[in-house]
Amino acid sequence: MKIRIRFRKYGIMKFIGHLDIMRYFQKAIRRADIDICYSSGFSPHMIMSFASPLGVGLTSDGEYLDIEIGNELSSASAVQRLNHVMAEGVEVLSFRKIPEEKSSNAMSLVAAADYEVRFRDSFAIPEGLENDWNSFLSQDSISIVKKTKKGERELDLKPLIYQAELRREPDESFCIFLRLSSGSADNVKPELVLEAFAAFAGFSIPEFALLIHRKDLYANTGSAEQPCFVSLEDLGEEF
Amino acid sequence: MKKLALNDEILLQIDKPARYLGNEINAVMKNPDTVDVRFCMCFPDVYEIGMSHLGIQILYDMFNQREDVWCERVYSPWTDLDKVMREQKIPLFALESQDPVRSFDFLGITLQYEMCYTNILQILDLSQIPLNASERTWDDPVVIGGGPCAVNPEPLAEFFDLFYIGEGETSYFALIDAYKDVKKKNGSRQEFLERAAEIPGIYVPSFYEVTYHEDGTIASMEPVNSHAPRKVKRQVVTDLTHTYYPKKPLVPFIKATQDRVVLEIQRGCTRGCRFCQAGMIYRPARERSLEMLEEAALEMLKNTGHEEISLSSLSSSDFSHLQELVTFLIDTFGNKGVNISLPSLRIDAFSLDVMGKVQDVRKSSLTFAPEAGSQRLRDVINKGLTEEVILNGAGQAFEGGWNKVKLYFMLGLPTETEEDQKGIAHLAEKIARRYYEIPKDQRNGKCQITVSTSFFVPKPFTPFQWAPMCTREEFLEKAHTVNSEIKEQLNRKSIRYNWHEADVTVLEGIFARGDRRTAKALRLAYEKGCLFDSWSEYFHNDLWMDAFEEAGIDTDFYTTRKREADEIFPWDFIDIGVTRKFLQREWLRAQEETVTPNCKAQCQGCGATRYHTGICPGTDSLNLMEGENEA
Repeated sequence: MKIRIRFRKYGIMKFIGHLDIMRYFQKAIRRADIDICYSSGFSPHMIMSFASPLGVGLTSDGEYLDIEIGNELSSASAVQRLNHVMAEGVEVLSFRKIPEEKSSNAMSLVAAADYEVRFRDSFAIPEGLENDWNSFLSQDSISIVKKTKKGERELDLKPLIYQAELRREPDESFCIFLRLSSGSADNVKPELVLEAFAAFAGFSIPEFALLIHRKDLYANTGSAEQPCFVSLEDLGEEF
Repeated sequence: MKKLALNDEILLQIDKPARYLGNEINAVMKNPDTVDVRFCMCFPDVYEIGMSHLGIQILYDMFNQREDVWCERVYSPWTDLDKVMREQKIPLFALESQDPVRSFDFLGITLQYEMCYTNILQILDLSQIPLNASERTWDDPVVIGGGPCAVNPEPLAEFFDLFYIGEGETSYFALIDAYKDVKKKNGSRQEFLERAAEIPGIYVPSFYEVTYHEDGTIASMEPVNSHAPRKVKRQVVTDLTHTYYPKKPLVPFIKATQDRVVLEIQRGCTRGCRFCQAGMIYRPARERSLEMLEEAALEMLKNTGHEEISLSSLSSSDFSHLQELVTFLIDTFGNKGVNISLPSLRIDAFSLDVMGKVQDVRKSSLTFAPEAGSQRLRDVINKGLTEEVILNGAGQAFEGGWNKVKLYFMLGLPTETEEDQKGIAHLAEKIARRYYEIPKDQRNGKCQITVSTSFFVPKPFTPFQWAPMCTREEFLEKAHTVNSEIKEQLNRKSIRYNWHEADVTVLEGIFARGDRRTAKALRLAYEKGCLFDSWSEYFHNDLWMDAFEEAGIDTDFYTTRKREADEIFPWDFIDIGVTRKFLQREWLRAQEETVTPNCKAQCQGCGATRYHTGICPGTDSLNLMEGENEA
């Protein structure tokens, strides 16, 4: 049976990198005595894959991993057993059955991600931020130079930003909501959008000034022209 | 949510922030207001090394079983954080509570190897605790050292309030109770140290005075406080089955050096190799029961989720229930994706059969530790491994499909000649020839023989404690001889050779048999920037040599000098269990190239019988031995 686990990463666990989170879950699944399947061969490993690595320093409400299991009583008991062996800073939110086909793999499905970006208290918010933000978004194209392993390439961010909104929080601070293209094809990190915005508005963002929180990951069940984003969690069902 | 001692900006700019967060699986959290004693346990090296140490996990579990004690941990901040902490004057903190180490009642530092001594000064310095014990007040924790290097604590004497000599399971609770009692009565720090000195195994260095002869050797070491005993007795656990063993070991978030469950099956060793300190200072050899080990293995794997379990001991093949235990582990966990690792096994039919089951033969290698290249020299060091046994073992392994062999040797052993050094190359060649005796179509390509040599450091409480150590130049000359001889061999292309660094070995030799006067150089070296000396990229031999010169210390006095039979050694105030008479006898037998049988074959009267436990025979020989103690 194929299973999708959704979990939350918060607090000090944001300092634990992706590879260590993978190791963490391998051990947690053993502690919770989940009947996970192993690959065959001389050194079998757990059948487990993560949807999308989360950078060090980021928190998230929507992290996913897919596993394969032999037998399990119910979603509710698995969630309970896993949360019983979690460290503070990781919470399992759901444990759902997903279709058996290869194409249902979370990693290959990821098409978009929601983020909330806040500024650290130490960062002085530039004047006229809201006006600049609106002008930034109303451009016909947002051209940036993206550094890749092979070199640099020019990229238009505009079609890869599905939603963008500058919100005022009750405490008067700013929160930028972004829904961005994600996954293996056109992966846009929220820092990239903020850097483009800062360059446009003529200010600079010092290192570590942004607090980034991932809200969820989505699959596109529509088409490229008319996307329909569905949370990865909603592609599975409780049992 | 948990508070952190370091802010986000710092944690995001340093390497591996998980080293400094705590919060690991099975970490123990308590309310500081409901405990009486806060103990901070320190391994003075980087987190990944320190977290791999079983001893701290045992004591951490033991202390935290007491409701009135909260034991936490601290490791050496890596050089990147070290710099930030100094710049921003951030005090060193314990991982669990993130509270400053200085606010603790105790700081316990384990002394596992000499090359971590500068890191101890870093820990004290960053904690803002005075380096010299004499300058500390009740505002500072009581700093206590323990572990194998505590059998010669003298180079560190001025930096520590106390040392614990021997196995931690026995006397720590008495020490904690004495501390609580003195604190309750509003007693002084001095009063507490006096109480501590009366507890078996506790050494209070400030209560002893050392005088020296004109030639630099020790004239006397006498207690100058009436509470301090003339001899401090090493502590020994007499029942290893009914004692503390952590059922819920800590599981780090980042990969530690030992990323596995460690099951200590026995302590001590019966073999009596004359160079081996562990083989002398952990006597007598004692086993844990099979039932206890099986239960512990089940519990620990369940509570950690580790995918590997490793048996730990000085010589696993000597464990009397080894076959039953290994069979149990394979039957219980073999099909659950749990690897079983079996270090320090003798190569024979049984171990090859087991290894064939638990690891990939094509990828794994076999390890032999002949330690010396010729039978003559192996007799000198009492290493009961013959060429025949090695060649037979290797032959069986090659026929079983293995083609990788690792060989470990030491260079610079007492009485060693050029022939003995060349013998290393010849033994490697014979093993290679044994491999190529197998018909070509039945063997697995070429064989790979890796020869590694370390340089011999004479250690306290071994028969070789009297032996002169080689100079740096002599060591390198020996390595060169081995290297050239290997290049002369027919199968040289199947043999690889590595040797250790000589500089760091010399330094290790100075502190291994050092006295109180060497502390001055240690402190100077630290002030000059020496830190993480066991990490070759951070080892600065030139700074160390400057430090010795400035301190007016002739390093040859500690290393290459020949010691007289009746010389008083800095560590002689410790009653280690084996008698000086026994060690002296073994030193003579070594020079006569005479082998001494292991304890299983016949009691050699080393003195450990007085503990009435383990391999030692009954009380008959006990009375005989007592007299030898005072020697």
